[in-house]
Parts: sequence; structure tokens; C-alpha cells
Amino acid sequence: MSHDSARRGFLRRSIAIVPATAVAAGCSPTPPPAASAQPTASAGNATPAAYTPRYFHPPEWAFVQAAVARLIPADAEGPSGIEAGVHEFIDRQMDEVFGHAAIWYTQGPFADAPPEFGYQGRLPPRDVYRAGIAACDAHCRQAFDGKTFAQLEPARQDEVLAGMETGAIVFTDVDSKTFFGFLLQNTKEGYLADPIHGGNRNGVAWQMIGFPGARADFADWVGRPGVQYPLPPVTIAGPQA
Amino acid sequence: MASIKKPSVDAVLVGFGWTGAIMGMELTDAGLHVLALERGEMRDTVPDFAYPRITDELSYGIRGKLFQNLARETVTVRHNLGDTALPYRQLGSFLPGDGVGGAGVHWNGHHWRPLPDDLRLRSKYEERYGKKFIPAGMQLQDFGVTYEEMEPHFDRFEKIAGISGRAGNIRGQIQPGGNPFEGARSNDFPLPPLASINSALLFEKAARELGYHPFPQAAANASKAYTNPHGAQLGPCNFCGFCERYGCYNYAKASPQTTLLPTLLHRDNFELRTRSHVTRVNMSADGKHATGVTYIDAQGREVEQPADLVILCAYQFHNVRLMLLSGIGKPYDPATGQGVVGRNYAYQLNSGVSLFFDKDQPMNPFVGAGASGSVIDDFDGDNFDHGPLGFVGGASINCITTGGRPIQQMALPEGAPAWGGGWKKAIKDNYRYTASVGSQGSVMSYRENYLDLDPTYKDAYGQPLLRMTFDWRANDIAMTQFISSRCEQIAKAMAPKSYRVNARKPGDHYDLRVYQSTHNTGGAVMGTDPSTSAINRYLQAWDVPNVFVMGASAFPQNFGYNPTGMVTGLAYWSAKAIRERYLKSPGGALA
Ligand SMILES: Cc1cc2nc3c(=O)[nH]c(=O)nc-3n(C[C@H](O)[C@H](O)[C@H](O)COP(=O)(O)OP(=O)(O)OC[C@H]3O[C@@H](n4cnc5c(N)ncnc54)[C@H](O)[C@@H]3O)c2cc1C
Repeated sequence: MSHDSARRGFLRRSIAIVPATAVAAGCSPTPPPAASAQPTASAGNATPAAYTPRYFHPPEWAFVQAAVARLIPADAEGPSGIEAGVHEFIDRQMDEVFGHAAIWYTQGPFADAPPEFGYQGRLPPRDVYRAGIAACDAHCRQAFDGKTFAQLEPARQDEVLAGMETGAIVFTDVDSKTFFGFLLQNTKEGYLADPIHGGNRNGVAWQMIGFPGARADFADWVGRPGVQYPLPPVTIAGPQA
Repeated sequence: MASIKKPSVDAVLVGFGWTGAIMGMELTDAGLHVLALERGEMRDTVPDFAYPRITDELSYGIRGKLFQNLARETVTVRHNLGDTALPYRQLGSFLPGDGVGGAGVHWNGHHWRPLPDDLRLRSKYEERYGKKFIPAGMQLQDFGVTYEEMEPHFDRFEKIAGISGRAGNIRGQIQPGGNPFEGARSNDFPLPPLASINSALLFEKAARELGYHPFPQAAANASKAYTNPHGAQLGPCNFCGFCERYGCYNYAKASPQTTLLPTLLHRDNFELRTRSHVTRVNMSADGKHATGVTYIDAQGREVEQPADLVILCAYQFHNVRLMLLSGIGKPYDPATGQGVVGRNYAYQLNSGVSLFFDKDQPMNPFVGAGASGSVIDDFDGDNFDHGPLGFVGGASINCITTGGRPIQQMALPEGAPAWGGGWKKAIKDNYRYTASVGSQGSVMSYRENYLDLDPTYKDAYGQPLLRMTFDWRANDIAMTQFISSRCEQIAKAMAPKSYRVNARKPGDHYDLRVYQSTHNTGGAVMGTDPSTSAINRYLQAWDVPNVFVMGASAFPQNFGYNPTGMVTGLAYWSAKAIRERYLKSPGGALA
């Protein structure tokens, strides 16, 4: 056990070092909203790097980016989904456990079921995305003079998203509500998960809400009711700021 | 036919979570050669739970890296006898464990002993309210063991796990600041309670002003460094906020890994085989005793493992399923009420209130521990008069902050948009200022809530899945409606800017999508009457005396608490009976 306690001591010390440097760098508890309103101004490592999608084909990729930009738009409140790299996160998830439904029970028979039973469809999420994007673009082309979802005005895009959310827009190959459900779920996950998964780039969303991320050591903060925690987030890969 | 046959052992443990590890310790102590078969992988603090990798909400909290893989095996569910059951395809409502340590790795560590009345529930209700008070179809039963008999075993687990808490009743003396309703304990907790965080302080004050009796949640999250009776060491909890659904990187949460395995895995008379999935208990030709088990090894080969004693430690569902697959005990039939295996499946019904505070009241929700917070027990068990209320059961009501993991633990006020700029603003404005008051409600057993084998769906090895027939009944809804009104009363007194109540209403069905609790109970119920219980009061199968069945499958109905204090207490109680009585005349019935 002595080896373990030595290791624990080391952990405590090494974690404790992180906040010190971060504070020295002058990070304020609440990042100024202006920084995220203008992605280019926030500069340096917050600018989305060029990313080549692994799963989505180009027209699908245009859809994913357009949808993410509406689900978490750019405004003065904080980083947009695109700035946070949520589209990259979604693409990566298609080849992960989630996209393949790798730990879901996927044997038939399949039956329609009340929503309380959860997703009961045959398709793994990556195929739901493929079918859902195709259906959505087909719907948009038909309804809006041959334009795909990505080519629509933002307000129109919001209407289409809301139509899928409620199921008012009906697709034949795939359930629009199910597709929207996966899309929204993954968008939020990508925004708020650790950056190792491709989204929440540099912990920008965590900075906005005030989650310290992987610091995971708050023994000193239990006894301070009513005092705002001051330190900016660290990620699994270390300090980002 | 199995292609491989292994040399016989004295005892084989099926599953290696909390109960498996306890039985391993107790039976190797008695000199037996014990083999544990665990379907999942080997897991230990390092490397599996090491910082910083474990602080990954997506992989562990959302994708469930440590939980059962449903692709191989799941349950099917239907609400009523006439419905066709559908598979529980994705994890939601409950999260069974997998791998060494079982769910004891990714549990929260809320520790409870049942109330003395909980163990004699039918007797208690009949005495206080009369036989007619219990609705038709509600199959209440006594456990067949008393609180006083169990007390030394609760005490033992508390010392092994290093429970942090404040006693409410030591040898009949009510203690200030503890739970005045709890049964008499022979000793205080081994560690003082965890420090209180802001939300718990507000709850405590509000509850006390309302005349209730708040006390700190007893926690298997160590408040100080601790060495247990086996010499295993725990470090103090640092409120990292990654507890339930995660392994503890800090050696602070009691798990088999932190409390038992450092000793057990080094014993010469103990062997652990991981990636060994038991498919059935093998029976003698006359069906009167078990000859061992059959399992599928890591290479997919079928292996026969002979053993003198077979101890099912596979968690509630899997214990029941293995009994049904192996022909141990008579399957329950809801049409006739006959048979015992699968009888009295129950669950829990929770409600809660999310509270949203002003900016001058930061809650720092990420400062949390699996079991840090304040609780009241005033509306649990039979601690209040049910007469005018007309329902059976109750709930513990708590204000516990386990962490502020932003994907899963993001509560938003009524009317907040689900996406778009409004959603972004809502998470920004509320994340740091939220707290919650929750209830954990008991669910009774009913004639038509039960478990059997599914006629259609199979697991990866071609065996039928377990089928659950379960829905909320009127009594459960009445209980949760009453309890949520109490939660709301306390929440209001905590003076938030706004709050939002979440409680099941009449007509609501059991929903598989949302996490409720992994406190599934029953199906192999203990008792003193073989016509209504599958195992006797020592957890020994009535029909097959060399099979013992651990876990919450033994509970005749569920209470308003987390189950592991009772589950582990029962394992110690059963182990003592095996050591002191069964081994003197192996194969004999203990009751
Ligand atoms: C997220 C979460 C939070 C919880 N929080 C609390 C809490 O705060 N307080 C509390 O009291 N309880 C809590 N629980 C419940 C607690 O974890 C269980 O009560 C406890 O772990 C049960 O112990 P067990 O030995 O019966 O089963 P487990 O610990 O689940 O162990 C069973 C083992 O058997 C193995 N197994 C299953 N089938 C087979 C097979 N066919 N062949 C071989 N091996 C098999 C499994 O892989 C598993 O490792 C929580 C559970 C979860 C999931």
C-alpha cells in the first residue's frame, strides 16, 4: 500500500500545480462573453482546425455543419457549436461505440413501441444519420426550390429542425423525430464533453458555464458555501488556456 | 456437452461484485477452496480508474464503459400480462455492473440499513392498520430475518467499507443530529460524516425549520484516511464529482477493489477466472442438488466446472435468470399465484425538485461526492401515519450533490428551450446555481409484477432472455405524489429563485429511457414459507440445498433506501450460517 499512497501524494501535488499556473495566466472566473462572440478574435488555438470527416460524405457534412450551427448558434453569450468543434465530435462518434450501437441489443424481431421503451429501430445511429440527412435534404429540395438544408436561410433551417423535433415533418425511410433526437443529443454531448472526443475545443463551453472539467479535486471547496469557484477548466489533456 | 472439464472446487461463486467478494473472503477464511467466475474483465484502481482518464463523462457516464454490455445479454420488458415484451436495448432505467467488482465499482456509496419495520412489513402493517389496509394483489411479505439478527452483520460491513456517518441510535440511545428513526446500532460509524456542501446546508436548515429531522447521508466515501479490519486502506474523499458511474481514482470509495481484493486475491485457496460467463447451474439427475456450473470461457469454449457448493452472486436479474435456466425452484405463474422463482419483482419510484438560485448563491455543483448530502427519513417506511393517506410505503428525501457533470447533470428551469441560443443562455445562467431535492421511494410487490423467461428473444449464447412484467400501480403513484409534495415544501423553504417538480402521475407508465436506480429487487425472495419464497432465511435454495443466492433478488419488496447495506449484511449473515452450520453437514437444509 505504501506505493499507492506515494502515488496519491504525487497526484494531489500534480493536480494542485495546474490551477496555480492557470491563475498566473490571468484567467478570470467568468470569461468575457465578447471573446466568444467573434471566433476569430478569440484567436490562436480556439480557431477550428481543418478537419476531414471520416464518416460523412461532403453533402452530409454540409448538413451536419449547418445543423450544429443552428442548434448552438454563434452569439454574444458564448461559443457556438461550430467554434467548439461539435461537428467534428459527431463525425467521430459515428465510428465509435455509439455510431455502431456496439453495446446495444440489436437482435430482432423489431416492433413499433410506445416511447417509454426507448429506441427500438433496426438501424444503428450512423445509418439513422445517413438516412435522416438524405430525407431532410430531399424534403428541403422539394419544399424550398431545390435548396438543401445547408443552403437555406437560418430562420428556415430552424423551422425544419423544429418540424423534425415534433415529428411534423414526416420522412418515409426513417423517423424524423428519432433522427433529430440523436442529432440534438450528440450536439449537446459534443459541446459539453471533454475535448479528447473532438468537441468542446479547448474547453470553451466549460469556460462559459463555469465547469472546472477534469480538475476533480475540490476538497478545499466543500467548506466555502456561497463562494464562487474561481479557477478555469482543465481537460484530460491538461490546461488549455 | 462441455468440451472441457475442470477439477472440482469446494465452492464456486458466480459473479464477482460486492457479494462475490464478501463470500470469497468468508469462505476462504473457513478453509474452503473457492473459485470465482466473472463474466467481465479484470479491473483495478490502477490502471482502470486512474486519473485523469476516469474523469471522462462521455465514456463512463454517458456511454457506460463500466456497465453491462447489452449486446450480449439484456432483459425484455412489458407493462402488463397481455403485452408483448420488448428488449431493453440501450441502457437507461438501470445500469447492471460487469467485470471484477461488479456494480460495486460504479455505485455512489449511499449506505443504509433497513428500518426494523422494513424487515417485517406485512406483520407491521397488519398490526397497525389492519389486514384490510393492504390492497388486493399486493404481495407484502416479511423477510424472515429480524433487524436484531442482522445488526452484527450491518456493523461488520460498515467497518469493512469504512462508512462515514452520524449515528442516530446507539444501543437505544437517540443521538443528536443522527437519524432518530433508525434501528439500534451496536456501534457508531467508523468515520465521521462527510463535510456538508452548500445545498445540503440549505436543505438541512429548511427541513429542521419545518420540524423534520435532517442528518448527514451515511457514505461509503471515506471522510478520512481509514484502514479496515482486513488491512486495506482508503484515502479521504476529495469531492471530485466523478463517483456514481465511475471507478474511484482516489481510493476513497468503498468497492471490492479498495476493501477486500487486496487480501483476497493473494490467498492460495482462492482463484478468480475472468471472462467466464456462467450459462447454467448443473444439476444431479434427480434435480435435488447442484453438481457445479457450466460457463463460456474467454475463447468461447464451453467449460464444465464441478463444485460442492454453488453460490449465485450475479446480481438480482442474473441470479433469477440462472435459477430459471437451470430448473432450480418452481417458476412463478401469475395466473395461479403458484411457484416462487420470478415472484415479487419490485423496483423504486423516485421524484424530485430542481432548484434554481440567484447569482449571489453559487452552488458549485461540481463539488460533489457519490453520497454527500443531507437526508430526512420522516416520510419513509412506517415512520409516519399511513392511516389517513391510504397507501403503503414511503421514501427517504435527500439533498445530495454527486457532481455537476454537464452533459447529464444539467437541470434547466421550466420553459427553457431545448436548443438554440435560448438553450445556450439557459445553461450559462443556471449551471452554477442549481441544486436538487430528491426522493427514493419504496415499491411494493404485486401479483402481476414478476420475472420469467422470454419466449422470443435470446442472448449471445442462444439462451432465452429474462422477461420483466412491470408497471407502476396505484399505490406507488399515490406514494410518490404525497412524497413529491413534501419535497416541494422543503424546496420552497430553501428559497430558490424558481423550482421545477418532477413526479409520476396517475396513468404514467414505467419508462425505460430515464435512469431511475439500479435497485432492482425480488424474483428469488427469501422467507420462512417455501410456498411464497425461493430461498430460506439463510439465502439457501429451498429445493437445492447446496445452492445459495445472494443479492437484492432476496428482497420480498423494495424499501425507500439504497439496497447494498442489506445486500452485504445478508451475505455476511448467510456466510456465517454456511461456515458454522452448513459445513458441518454439507448438503443439509438450514431451515
Ligand atoms: C450507478 C449505480 C449507483 C448505485 N448506487 C448505490 C448506492 O449509492 N448505494 C447502494 O446501496 N447501492 C447502490 N447501487 C447498487 C449496488 O451497486 C448493488 O446493490 C450492488 O453492487 C449489488 O451487489 P451484487 O454482488 O449483488 O452484484 P454486482 O456488484 O452487480 O456484481 C455482480 C457480478 O456478477 C457478474 N455476472 C453476472 N452474470 C454473470 C454470469 N452469468 N456469469 C459470470 N458472472 C456474472 C457481473 O458481471 C457482476 O460483476 C448502485 C448501482 C449503480 C449501477
